[in-house]
Amino acid sequence: MLSTYAYPEFPYVPSEEQRTGRRVRHPVVVVGAGPVGLTAALDCAHHGVPVVVLDDNSTVSVGSRAVCYAKRPLEIWDRLGCAQRLLDKGVIWKNGKVFRHDRLIYQFDLLPEDGHRMPAFINLQQYYLEEYLIDHAHGFDDRVDLRWKHQVADITPAGDHVRLTVETPDGFFDMEADWAIACDGARSDIREALDLPFAGQAFQDRFLITDVVMKADFPAERWFWFDPPFHRGQSVLLHMQADNVWRIDFQLGMEADPEQEKRPERVIPRLKRMLGEDTAFDLEWVSVYQFACRRLEDFRHGRVLFAGDAAHQVSPFGARGANTGIQDVDNLIWKLALVLRGQAPERLLDSYSEERVLAARENLLTSTRSTDFISPKSTVSRAFRDATLDLAEHLPFARPLVNSGRLSRPTPYTGSSLNTADTEPFTGAPPPGTNAADAPVTAEGAPDWLLRHLGDRFVALLFLGEETAPPPDHTGTMAALAAQDVPIHVVTVGRRAGDLVDGAGLAHERYDATAGTTVLVRPDQVIAGRWRGPDPARLATARDRAIARA
Amino acid sequence: MPLTIQPNLPDPDGFYERLIALHRDLDLAGSRRVNARLILLLANHIGDPEVLDEAMRLALDPAAPRTHAR
Repeated sequence: MLSTYAYPEFPYVPSEEQRTGRRVRHPVVVVGAGPVGLTAALDCAHHGVPVVVLDDNSTVSVGSRAVCYAKRPLEIWDRLGCAQRLLDKGVIWKNGKVFRHDRLIYQFDLLPEDGHRMPAFINLQQYYLEEYLIDHAHGFDDRVDLRWKHQVADITPAGDHVRLTVETPDGFFDMEADWAIACDGARSDIREALDLPFAGQAFQDRFLITDVVMKADFPAERWFWFDPPFHRGQSVLLHMQADNVWRIDFQLGMEADPEQEKRPERVIPRLKRMLGEDTAFDLEWVSVYQFACRRLEDFRHGRVLFAGDAAHQVSPFGARGANTGIQDVDNLIWKLALVLRGQAPERLLDSYSEERVLAARENLLTSTRSTDFISPKSTVSRAFRDATLDLAEHLPFARPLVNSGRLSRPTPYTGSSLNTADTEPFTGAPPPGTNAADAPVTAEGAPDWLLRHLGDRFVALLFLGEETAPPPDHTGTMAALAAQDVPIHVVTVGRRAGDLVDGAGLAHERYDATAGTTVLVRPDQVIAGRWRGPDPARLATARDRAIARA
Repeated sequence: MPLTIQPNLPDPDGFYERLIALHRDLDLAGSRRVNARLILLLANHIGDPEVLDEAMRLALDPAAPRTHAR
């Protein structure tokens, strides 16, 4: 096997608390330094919360694993200041093609409109993502304490904190945390230690995952084949990654022997049938796996919060695993920071579970549907699937029924207890509970993006339309919101003037905004409420509702 | 009225899931029977013989020239 990547080895450093045997209480301990745990740690640092990260390993992800990162996680990493390096290294894409046999039957564009800073998707090997997040965390050495070769052996809830028993090369020691965040993956030790049921559906079909190093002229698109000539009766998925590494997944069926299928003498002929005898390639990583769709009933258990695969596991079709995990911690950390500062009640953290269970349910439903289409479990299910493909090549109506994976999009928190419902009409704009839309703007004379002015804090977007200043009777009282204990910062957006100038009008269009329209945006860039005029009292009430203290 | 061949289902994935779920507890003969009944129910609902004839032609050969479809 070839390697295009040199795995870093992070040093095990014995901790002061283990050496001295003096038990320390930490505000936040994150278990697991994968993409979700590292993002949680960066977000804690961003909110000024010191965080310890425990990981039982001492390097990054082995193999490319997650690969596809969607627009919303990229926006989150941009908020945390580390998206540019991912964009620079990753392969940007937005188009997908679906083939049957050797014919194109369907294609889709995941971001058909311009005017967004982030692309629909990038592909990047998970090891690069983790390496870059770790590098970024080193910039917060005073707040992020990354501890390698620290395995959690046990966790004990204890009223106002949790006790963690941790094993290192120097033996066992105990530490305490006000809050623990379990980001320790689908086989979460924390979930097991707390004996929490992880209920759902396991799928019997096996898939061969290969990372192939080659020079190839496939475009930067997601290509999916049903029943291709080079892999009869099954499906194949192709993605371009960085460094001329290609991800190729082969569906193997339910009878396949995983140990046999992993052997290069089995894998290489499969690849040759696909790529042709003359294409030179090397194998970088091979894995065979089955998947499951399941989740915890509740993502908060006292002072233990579950995020990512530890909380929910989905099939890979649609890239809904890591992408939704990143959105879990985006939802969680600002709430945790407010609770730690005593500015919001603990029950705000119940809304983390409320909102993210909603997202997990959608992801599970969607990925289960995709799996049932790709891997039909009965004769009649296969007949409908094949009939859909027969029709889709020629008749447009059948194309939306073809399901090779519905790619990850943020789930709106419709009906969340943190939302303030509309009292005035809006059309075609993201309602409360939805992620704020991006738009190109000008800030202090330079081209910029709307989303970069949202997040980390409560922001009231005050639209000016063609006006050049907000209504004078509100200027003073709106500004006073910034001085409250949980401040709301007013950002004006005008077509001609304002903190952000919306020359193209896309921000006004995307928020259905007219002069005076005010949109309250949470620290995770989710819309909390919106009104047709600026009203400081209504904003403060909506803010209080969004932090569960109303 | 011509046969609609443009997408017309408000929630394609939800419809497809319910269609497959309909057959969950049926054996193959039972599924065939349910499918036949379903076609007859929908055919009666449509009524228009030209639409039904066009649908039957395209079901037999999805690549057939469309004479009465939109």
